[in-house]
Amino acid sequence: MHIVVCIKQVPDSAQIRVHPVTNTIMRQGVPTIINPYDLFALEEALRLRDKHGGEVTVLTMGPPMAEDSLRKALTFGADRAVLLTDRFFAGSDTLATSYALAAAIEKIGEVYGKPEIVFTGKQTIDGDTAQVGPGIAKRQSLLQLTYVSKIAELDLDGGKITVERRSEGGVQVLETKLPVLITMLEGTNDMRRGSMADALRAARSDLVIWSAKDAGIEDILKCGLRGSPTVVKRVFAPAARAEKAEQIEIRPAAIDTADALIETIFGTLPALETELVELHQTL
Amino acid sequence: MANEPAKPAPAAGGRAGMKKELPEHFKAYKGVWVFIEAERGVVHPVSYELLGEGRKLADQLGVELAGAILGPKGEGTNHAIAETFAHGADLVYLMEDELLADYRNEPFSKGLTDLVNTYKPEILLLGATTLGRDLAGSVATTLLTGLTADCTELAVDADKSLAATRPTFGGSLLCTIYTLNFRPQMATVRPRVMSMPARTDKPIGKVVMHPLNMAEEDIVTKILNFVADRQAGKVNLAYADIVVAGGLGMGAVENMQLVKNLAKSLGAEYGCSRPLVQKGWMPAERQIGQTGKTIRPKLYIAAGISGAIQHRVGVEGADLIVAVNTDKNAPIFDFAHVGVVTDAVRFLPALTEAFTRRLSPHNRDKLAG
Ligand SMILES: Cc1cc2nc3c(=O)[nH]c(=O)nc-3n(C[C@H](O)[C@H](O)[C@H](O)COP(=O)(O)OP(=O)(O)OC[C@H]3O[C@@H](n4cnc5c(N)ncnc54)[C@H](O)[C@@H]3O)c2cc1C
Ligand SMILES: Cc1cc2nc3c(=O)[nH]c(=O)nc-3n(C[C@H](O)[C@H](O)[C@H](O)COP(=O)(O)OP(=O)(O)OC[C@H]3O[C@@H](n4cnc5c(N)ncnc54)[C@H](O)[C@@H]3O)c2cc1C
Repeated sequence: MHIVVCIKQVPDSAQIRVHPVTNTIMRQGVPTIINPYDLFALEEALRLRDKHGGEVTVLTMGPPMAEDSLRKALTFGADRAVLLTDRFFAGSDTLATSYALAAAIEKIGEVYGKPEIVFTGKQTIDGDTAQVGPGIAKRQSLLQLTYVSKIAELDLDGGKITVERRSEGGVQVLETKLPVLITMLEGTNDMRRGSMADALRAARSDLVIWSAKDAGIEDILKCGLRGSPTVVKRVFAPAARAEKAEQIEIRPAAIDTADALIETIFGTLPALETELVELHQTL
Repeated sequence: MANEPAKPAPAAGGRAGMKKELPEHFKAYKGVWVFIEAERGVVHPVSYELLGEGRKLADQLGVELAGAILGPKGEGTNHAIAETFAHGADLVYLMEDELLADYRNEPFSKGLTDLVNTYKPEILLLGATTLGRDLAGSVATTLLTGLTADCTELAVDADKSLAATRPTFGGSLLCTIYTLNFRPQMATVRPRVMSMPARTDKPIGKVVMHPLNMAEEDIVTKILNFVADRQAGKVNLAYADIVVAGGLGMGAVENMQLVKNLAKSLGAEYGCSRPLVQKGWMPAERQIGQTGKTIRPKLYIAAGISGAIQHRVGVEGADLIVAVNTDKNAPIFDFAHVGVVTDAVRFLPALTEAFTRRLSPHNRDKLAG
């Protein structure tokens, strides 16, 4: 079995500032990590491999420094790492990102064997759109299973998979045919600690580094800014609220402070008091 | 690259500043659509919130507002149609088929894509729910158009294009995104980010029917079972009228009981900041903020919460925000309406007692008498 896991390198902290003059995002000095949501996908892939045999390939599209995240994934036990990097990818929105990743997955399939499962995280902590998974699925004609909380059964011989999927108001148990794209829900497993052997292997092994051309992408107009239908026109900091909170004076007895607060609350929201009084009559 | 200094702002040049004429074949795209999310006969309230927002956009553009409804024939779908009109739509595009009884990506993405290709809306809005995100990503990729995620503000520009503003980098920044040369312009919005429009009884207007043209054999994915969340234990933070939440300032897991007690006395839901989920003090479904729930209660009481930007973006829609914090310089006081600078562990029991006294019928009779 072959599983491909897409991981994205993201800044560790979401506390990134805008440059007050140029309105560009200042990422300098912010450490990078593997998108935390992707670790659930990676761990699930490793578990399936451990149980059913086969290989796990991790794939990222990013700048050359994204190599760090790939090596980290190798220390957890991934078998192979592919870095898709090219200046043509700069400024990709989710449509262009999924185009490039889908092309790379196609190529990975040709070179290392067609994957039965492609995993992504639920979303990233920076772009935060949750759109890349469905995008890859559509482009690769993979059946799409999003928000998966559990892989109940994998039947490789029968080419079938059964999963539990979180939906609004409940859990769907879905059965479908391989190959599939799964976006894994967070909190579904705990990332393993890599073995010493994997750590050594990760440090020594060569990554597979592909340009757009290497990945078989012929139409670079579908990549990067040019391949992105969305255009970010303006980036700005949220306006601060003009007034600060009205402070309730602190009385010696907490209960008196509480009464003063309640006066203020119901003074502002008189209808709420009426509703609450009715509620208490039914309690 | 995906990880490079984001997308350039205007100053940085690039494609962002460019504005080409809309390609000829997209000029026929007219009207604002809202995908009406109805599952097992229940319409997700986010669909009504989007109708409210869509109404404003349609009026500014001088076009019609439509609801796109995909579901099985019957009571539930009829109800969805009636409510779509009651919440402001001018017409409904309807795809009725038994195969649309439960959500599956294949029939829904084919169905919605077919509707769009046939009737050509210029704007298509969906709720950023598990269903909406699953569907929107597929449909936008098939149509090769732009999709802006989790918008907090939608507006029409002078040139009639959709300006979709969304928080990014955890809410520390906002960005305005356009889909300039492609149609439809698609956007998702999280539940409770937009306000609920007023409902007015209206007769059912124009309903345009369109077939799905699919058979069960065409659909690979089968639903083996659906386990509904237990109604009793179900947390409905997003739609609660009053929410009480605790943060790290509550000091200890035992003290979360004080938050629960106050919530109980108000018939409220309780929630928390993210570190409490990470510590295992509270389940993930109780987390409020960017990576948790967005709430829009009438009253929000935050105890021992500093007010980090990721928390703030989830609570800003509340009518009244009350913060209890020992630090008078805590950032939460920058956006709370009412502040109490005190120890929450001591104050919450007093507040619970004061509320109970004030609201209990027994005491009110005495006060009146
Ligand atoms: C401020 C800002 C706002 C943006 N808003 C939008 C928007 O509204 N719409 C839009 O189309 N684009 C938007 N983008 C662009 C978008 O962030 C990029 O396209 C990004 O490369 C992928 O999107 P994401 O981070 O949201 O990923 P998600 O769709 O949230 O990621 C889901 C999963 O896909 C996989 N994945 C994602 N990216 C990669 C990668 N580079 N390599 C390997 N696997 C990956 C991971 O497994 C991840 O868990 C925005 C960018 C910025 C800077
Ligand atoms: C990508 C990302 C996503 C995130 N998403 C979320 C999210 O969805 N929701 C969220 O909440 N956070 C989120 N966070 C975390 C966020 O940045 C903050 O770290 C978090 O909200 C802080 O929680 P807190 O206010 O409980 O704790 P702290 O920031 O530690 O604040 C505790 C507060 O309690 C006060 N205090 C101390 N003792 C008392 C007392 N006895 N009585 C009263 N007050 C007292 C202190 O003065 C302080 O202000 C996210 C972070 C990142 C990086």
